[in-house]
Amino acid sequence: MAVKKREKDLTFWEKIYIPEIVKGLSLTMKNMLKPKFTMKYPEEKFIPPASYRGRPVLVQEENGEERCVACGLCSRVCPALAIEVQAGETDRQKERYPEKFEINMLRCIFCGFCEEVCPEEAIVMSKDYELAFTNREDAIYGKDKLLIPVRQLQDRIEFLRSYK
Amino acid sequence: MNILEIIIFSLVKIVIVLTVMLLTVSYLVYFERRISAWAQNRLGPNRVGWEGVLQPFADVLKLLLKEDIVPEVANKPIHTLAPIMALFVAFTTYAVIPFGPVVTIFGFHVPLVVADVNIGILYVLALTSLGVYAITFAGWSSGSKYSLLGGIRSSAQMISYEISMGFSVAGVLLISESLRPEAIVQSQAGWMWNAIIQPIGFITFVVSAFAETNRLPFDLPEAEPELVGGYHTEYSSMKFAGFFLAEYANMIVASAMIVTLYLGGWQFPYLETFGLSSTLFAIISVITFMVKVAALLFFFIWVRWSLPRFRYDQLMNLGWKVMFPLSLLNLIWVAFLVMVFKI
Repeated sequence: MAVKKREKDLTFWEKIYIPEIVKGLSLTMKNMLKPKFTMKYPEEKFIPPASYRGRPVLVQEENGEERCVACGLCSRVCPALAIEVQAGETDRQKERYPEKFEINMLRCIFCGFCEEVCPEEAIVMSKDYELAFTNREDAIYGKDKLLIPVRQLQDRIEFLRSYK
Repeated sequence: MNILEIIIFSLVKIVIVLTVMLLTVSYLVYFERRISAWAQNRLGPNRVGWEGVLQPFADVLKLLLKEDIVPEVANKPIHTLAPIMALFVAFTTYAVIPFGPVVTIFGFHVPLVVADVNIGILYVLALTSLGVYAITFAGWSSGSKYSLLGGIRSSAQMISYEISMGFSVAGVLLISESLRPEAIVQSQAGWMWNAIIQPIGFITFVVSAFAETNRLPFDLPEAEPELVGGYHTEYSSMKFAGFFLAEYANMIVASAMIVTLYLGGWQFPYLETFGLSSTLFAIISVITFMVKVAALLFFFIWVRWSLPRFRYDQLMNLGWKVMFPLSLLNLIWVAFLVMVFKI
């Protein structure tokens, strides 16, 4: 077998192996005694920072109304075509509201374009990452699941304002 | 003792030893997984039972429920024989290793070893050589290239390292002047451990034991990146589990052999001078043996998760050009000690 000349010749102590083996063993021993990275998931949960892009949600004002004016920009920009908006009219000060707002969570790719394009800060990415469904119908989130009170989304909105 | 009593005591000892071995093997797998996880800053299996202590039983149940697939081109009788042989060799080897002093039960003097034979060491060497056949048969009969390569590698590796292993043992035998494991343990009274008297022999024996049990850094017969699973690629269900159990049982036997030959066996240094009752003496001796074996088993696992695998030519170089001369050197050193100091 043709053996290429190694670039660095080993010293005498390295050739004996044993001191190097002891070094390797002490390294793994040190790591064994270190605190572990793994979380015991269902019992202790990862709380993401404000910059985390979880599932997109609609902001619900203090008086219970949605912020969204159903302009349809989010649905237009969505690269995965996950959002469907149907506008409706009301007599309130804000004349438009989404009659139907659906996000297909099987299609959503969590890119955050909808949040970036929204002129009203009405759709933001939440910290919710626990998305599991047992059938495809459950994966289409309507307004009942999407509307989240503004108080719970405060740190994400502040994060967005500091970077826009 | 008449024949009947010998048979009864032997059977009781066999049952106890086998049960302890099987339990240790299953928990060894659990600890291997936990320790490997700790070495990589993970937690490891901790879901089944408290901190995952029931994991081994879940694993065995899973393996029992799996389908047993035999390849069409396999040589079926030998394919079935191989895991049985591997298990047989792994468990029978333990028979001659003493795990405690002679105890008195109901007026009978019972040595704490399944079979106290005069040729114990020869018996161990013979049976561990048989273990090569199990792996070679498994590799050859599977009708798969990966298995065959694994089997060939394993036979070459085991034969090469058996030589340095044999010569290291010869150094121990020079001091004990007997092939009886009990006599070898007795010759290491106090701190006269063979690991201290002949450190080179100790190192060559430990390295050979790693090679003989196919543990990393010498696990070439089952090198996953190149051979898929090595000799047990084509095995599934309980046949695979047989090889798995045999590997871990071999680890226990290797650790027990290292303890018996080099680390004073079941002896706690100078315990007999403390003036303890014979029952307490026996209990402390057995616990000492278990602690020594457990420490070595931890060392086996620890090394596995620290060192990379050898390349095949490096393995052969190490076996023939380093281990073999070193074990000869050790033999000369021991002969010199025996001649000059008459120990």
